Amino acid sequence: MDLYEYQAKELFAAHGVPVLPGDVADTADAARAIAEEIGQTVVIKAQVKTGGRGKAGGVKLADNPDDAKTKAEAILGLAIKGHITRKVLVTLASDIAEEYYFSFLLDRTNRTFLAMASAEGGMEIEQLAVDRPDALAKVPVDPIAGVDKAKALEILKQGNFPDAIIEDAADVVVKLWETFVSEDATLVEVNPLVRDPQDKVVALDGKVTLDENADFRQPEHAKLVDKAAEDPLEAAAKEKDLNYVKLDGQVGIIGNGAGLVMSTLDVVAYAGEKHSGVKPANFLDIGGGASAEVMANGLHIILGDPDVKSVFVNVFGGITACDEVANGIVGALGKLGDEATKPLVVRLDGNNVEEGRRILAEANHPLVTVVDTMDNAADKAAELAAAGA
Amino acid sequence: MAIFLNENSKVIVQGMTGSEGTKHTARMLKSGTNIVGGVNPRKAGTEVEIEGAKLPVFASVAEAMDKTGADVSVIFVPPKFAKDAVIEAIDAQIGLAVVITEGIPVHDSAYFWAHAVATGNKTRIIGPNCPGLISPGKSNAGIIPANITGPGKIGLVSKSGTLTYQMMFELRDIGFSSAVGIGGDPVIGTTHIDALEAFEADPDTELIVMIGEIGGDAEERAADYIQKNVTKPVVGYVAGFTAPEGKTMGHAGAIVSGSSGTAAAKKEALEAAGVKVGKTPSETAALARELVEKAG
Repeated sequence: MDLYEYQAKELFAAHGVPVLPGDVADTADAARAIAEEIGQTVVIKAQVKTGGRGKAGGVKLADNPDDAKTKAEAILGLAIKGHITRKVLVTLASDIAEEYYFSFLLDRTNRTFLAMASAEGGMEIEQLAVDRPDALAKVPVDPIAGVDKAKALEILKQGNFPDAIIEDAADVVVKLWETFVSEDATLVEVNPLVRDPQDKVVALDGKVTLDENADFRQPEHAKLVDKAAEDPLEAAAKEKDLNYVKLDGQVGIIGNGAGLVMSTLDVVAYAGEKHSGVKPANFLDIGGGASAEVMANGLHIILGDPDVKSVFVNVFGGITACDEVANGIVGALGKLGDEATKPLVVRLDGNNVEEGRRILAEANHPLVTVVDTMDNAADKAAELAAAGA
Repeated sequence: MAIFLNENSKVIVQGMTGSEGTKHTARMLKSGTNIVGGVNPRKAGTEVEIEGAKLPVFASVAEAMDKTGADVSVIFVPPKFAKDAVIEAIDAQIGLAVVITEGIPVHDSAYFWAHAVATGNKTRIIGPNCPGLISPGKSNAGIIPANITGPGKIGLVSKSGTLTYQMMFELRDIGFSSAVGIGGDPVIGTTHIDALEAFEADPDTELIVMIGEIGGDAEERAADYIQKNVTKPVVGYVAGFTAPEGKTMGHAGAIVSGSSGTAAAKKEALEAAGVKVGKTPSETAALARELVEKAG
């Protein structure tokens, strides 16, 4: 889960990483009140989970509370790369002497953690990595040894941090490492990390990605989920423990196993090229050992999507038994009754497939078509979606 | 022969007495795996009867190895305890640890991997979040269904469980030397490259099928490895061409971020290394079949 800047900074503050005073607001009046409390020039920053806010007009300075209100009004509701701004962060405007870059992240390739540091911060780090790769230090971090002051100094020296602030910056880095580990983050990025005219080191911006696999030991993280911005179908699926991602096509997809479902999306998209360009409407993995009930829950979510014109159920029974899947389909259609109006194409193979096909044949439901292979079934589902669109 | 697992493998199960562990121990026994016991410190000294076999429960992996000569452990313990379970297997220096558990925090996986490296990589780790591996007709360590196909000349390595099953099903008339599911997490033990190296050296394997998916750069690195080191024909498949950027597709590792991790880039890298890449699982199977038939 990616956090908003204000959430990242709240985590930073909780772990002792210096940040500037400020607060988040969802109305212009609330922004004005925060500016009034700060009592100095403030910066109003759009809270969206994407980069390029400044260029899009999502970051503005305000000299006084009324100005803060006007600027917040302009920013709230602004669309930045498709993300609507619903909140702004109002924070003290800092005088900046220098800007640096610092991050901890997971290095998948080397199966370890990585610190990245540069005395040339502020700009897009991808750009810096391309333009001046020597200016960006990449230092592996052993997950067992972690980062102490000595390690932090080693990283910052490689990033050419100036002597005057390197000690203070190293203290900040140790606290960022504590944040990274104790919050189960896969990314903690500060860009820019700034040196103010008094040589204080402050995190001016923050980007944090949390590992959802660690939710069982991070109960506080549930509060960081932005329910308002969640797709309602994705939220409903999450409630049922289903792995669902909404996409923008017309063919609803249900399958078992992440790889097979991803593959199903591809096969449907290829088939769609021959049927007025219809596309997959979603990713839905009902998991390895899916029962009839899980199948029914999945079908319920998909049929609740008004964009869906046909549904493709693609199951390879490894551990999952195809008769369970078939019972789930028949049961769900029975429960939905007249509400079920969209055609279903079903492809079953593997464990207990004969029994599964027999159950579907016996039910003889007018909406269900059973097709033998994945490719042919995808073609049929695309054809039906095109006809229903 | 086969890779990593054969008819002489003696298998223990960590988490055997849990519901998943019991269910899959039964399946493994049914498919002929030589299971010699389980590990659960709270039930040490007892015996569990599964599929008519009386299996002893040991207090630790080390004790189980000492008493039974076990050289493979299949791990089903829940995410919360998985890190300790894997570290226990590493410290006991068991030859192979197959981590089936799904949902392990990546800080835990990175930690046990660092521990494995620091202690000299005495234990081969497969997974986590994987279906395990099967050498059909010899042994089955994990949750891959044993009844899809039998022994044969294809070696299969895959990030995805159900795509492994699908591919075994498509090529069931030819059969497999070994099929290895390496898992879809961002940090995994055995990689595509490790499996490719083992299949290249395995006399029973004549053709290798490699299944990848979006996220990371493992397929690109595998392509580079194939170009330099693999003489056997390789057929590839990559899932996730239509996956949008920034959305995790089921597996924690399956995410396209920016320009990295796309299926198109992986396909291109594999093709540049001489790998024939199918557009769909069935096309991939057809490519594999063609090569097997050509070789006779």
